[in-house]
Amino acid sequence: MKPAVITPTRVVIALCLVAPFVAMLWVGSYAKTDPALMGIPFFYWYQLLWVPISAVLTMIAYQLWRRDQRARRGGGAAE
Amino acid sequence: MAGTAMTATFLAVLAGASLLAVTARRLRPNDRLPSLEGWALADRSLGPWWTWVLLGGTIFTAYTFTAVPGLAYGNGAPAFFAVPYTVLVCPLVFVLLARLWTVARRHGYITVADFVRGRYGSPPLALVVALTGILATMPYLALQLLGIRAVLTAGGMYPGGVTGDLVMAALFAGLAVATYRHGLRAPTVISALKAVAVFVSLTAVTWLVLVRLGGPGAIFEGAAQQLGSPALLLSPAHQPAYATLALGSALALLMYPHVLTAGFASDGSRTLRKTAVALPVWTGLLALFGFLGIAALAVGVRAPEGAAEAAVPMLVDRLMPGALAGLVFGAITVGALVPAAVMSIAAATSFVRNVYVEYVHPTATPKRQVRVAKSVSLTAKVGAVAFVFGLRDQDAVNLQLLGGVWILQIFPAVAVGLYTRWLHPRALLAGWGVGMVAGTFLVVREGFSPIVPIGTDAGSLEIYVGLVALLLNLTVAVAGSVALERLHVPRGADLTDLPPRLTVRRRPETGANNP
Repeated sequence: MKPAVITPTRVVIALCLVAPFVAMLWVGSYAKTDPALMGIPFFYWYQLLWVPISAVLTMIAYQLWRRDQRARRGGGAAE
Repeated sequence: MAGTAMTATFLAVLAGASLLAVTARRLRPNDRLPSLEGWALADRSLGPWWTWVLLGGTIFTAYTFTAVPGLAYGNGAPAFFAVPYTVLVCPLVFVLLARLWTVARRHGYITVADFVRGRYGSPPLALVVALTGILATMPYLALQLLGIRAVLTAGGMYPGGVTGDLVMAALFAGLAVATYRHGLRAPTVISALKAVAVFVSLTAVTWLVLVRLGGPGAIFEGAAQQLGSPALLLSPAHQPAYATLALGSALALLMYPHVLTAGFASDGSRTLRKTAVALPVWTGLLALFGFLGIAALAVGVRAPEGAAEAAVPMLVDRLMPGALAGLVFGAITVGALVPAAVMSIAAATSFVRNVYVEYVHPTATPKRQVRVAKSVSLTAKVGAVAFVFGLRDQDAVNLQLLGGVWILQIFPAVAVGLYTRWLHPRALLAGWGVGMVAGTFLVVREGFSPIVPIGTDAGSLEIYVGLVALLLNLTVAVAGSVALERLHVPRGADLTDLPPRLTVRRRPETGANNP
C-alpha cells in the first residue's frame, strides 16, 4: 500500500541539495590561483560560478519535488 | 565631501522608503481582528516575490554589505567565506525552513520556541530557545545602526557630533513608528525598495569600477601588490577555518528569529522552496561587494586604522559621480532598516509569546499581545540606539560574534526536533548549557576571535568556535538522552503531528498542505 520511500527521484533531489555542501566545503579543491579567468584567480571565479550552479540545482530539486508531490497525491487518492 | 547631487539622491531614496512605509497597510490587507499573526507575520500572506525580497533583504543585512568588503580589504581571501556560507543557506531554506513552516502553519506557531514547546512539551526548553534568540538578535540589531554610521561617515555624509546622532535617531524613529503601526508589512514593502536600490546601484558601481580600473585582471594584480600576493589566496592552514565558518554560519543563520519570522510570513512551504531557488541572486550581490573590497585595495584607498569597513564607501565616494554615490549610500541605509525592523519584530514576538504569555499573563487576549509586542519592539530599537551611542563599536561586533555562537546552540532542539523526538528535552537543555558556556569561554579566551585551534601540539586545526560548541552540545544531548531513556525519565507530550522518529515509511504529506 505504502509507496516506496527511496525513489530515484528522491535520490536525485537529495544529490542536488547535497552537492553545494560537498563543493563549497571542500576548500582544498579550489584554493588556488590557476586557471585564472580574465585575470581573476580560480579561487574567486570558481566560487562565483557556484552561485548560479546552486540556483540551477535547487531549481531541479524544486521541479522534481513538485512532480514527486503530485505523484504522491495521486497515489494517495488510489489508496 | 558630500556634494549636492549625492545628498539629493541619498535623500530621495530615504524619502521613497518613508513613502512606502506609509503604504504598508495596503499590502495584503484583511479585516481580521488584531492578532500577533497579523502584526508579526503579515498574516502569513506573502507570495514568492514578497518572500524573496523580505527573506533576502533580512538575511543580507547592511552589516553584511559593509563587513564583507571591509574584511576583503583588510584580509583578502578569508572574507570570501561569505559566499559558500550564503550558497549553503539555500538548500537549508529548501529543506529545514520549508518543513518548519508547515508545522508552524498547521499549529499556529509564530516563533520557533512555540514549535519547541509543542514538540517536546517542555516549557523550560522553549524558554531557553526564546531567550537565546532574543539575546543573539539584540547585538545584531545594534550592528545595523553601526553599519549605517560607518557608511555615512566614510562617505562624508554623517554630520559630526550631536547632529549626526540626532539624524540617526530620527531615521530610526521613523522606522520604529511604521513598524509599530503596520508590523512586518512595513519592512516588507521597504525591502522591495532595498532590492531595487541595491541591485541597481551595485551593478552600476561594479561596472564603473571595472571600466576605470582596467578590468578584473588589473584589479586583482593591484590588490595582490598592496596586500602581498599570498593574502589573496587561502593557505592550507586557513582552509578548515574557512569551511567551518561557512558551514557554522549557514546553520546558525536559519536559527535566528528574524530569519524565521521572515520565512514564516510566506504563504506556503512551496513558496519558500521557490524562494530558495532565487536566493542565490543575493549571494551574487554579496560576492560583488566583496570584490569591491578588493578593488578598494587595488586603488590604494587608505581606510582609517581599525575601520576597514569604511574602505568601500571611500572607494565609491572617490570614483563615482555624486548622484550614483548617493544612491549607494541610500541603498545601504535602507538596507539596514529592513533587517533592523524584522529583528525588533522577531525579538518582541518571542518575548510576548514565550515569556509574557507563558509566565506573566497567560490569559492575555490577542489584542493585548499585539499591544505588548508593539511596545517591546519599540524598546528593542531604543535599546539598540542607546547601545550604539553608549558602547564602543567593537563591543557590538564582539557581541554579535558571540550571538552567532549562542544561536547555534538551539540547533539540536529545533532542526533535529523537526525529524525526530528521540533527544530528551532535559538532555537538550544540558547540551545547550554546555554549548553556551564552552562557546562563550572559547571566544573570550581567544580574544574574541571566531577561530580556535583544536588538537594536539603536533597538528592543530583551526576551526569555527560555534561548530566546536555545537559538537559538544550534540554529544551531551545524545549521551544524556541515552541515560535518561534508561532511567525512564518521563518527557512531555508531543502536540505536533510530526512523526516521533525518522521512519523508513512515507512521511505524512510534508509540504502538501494546500489541497
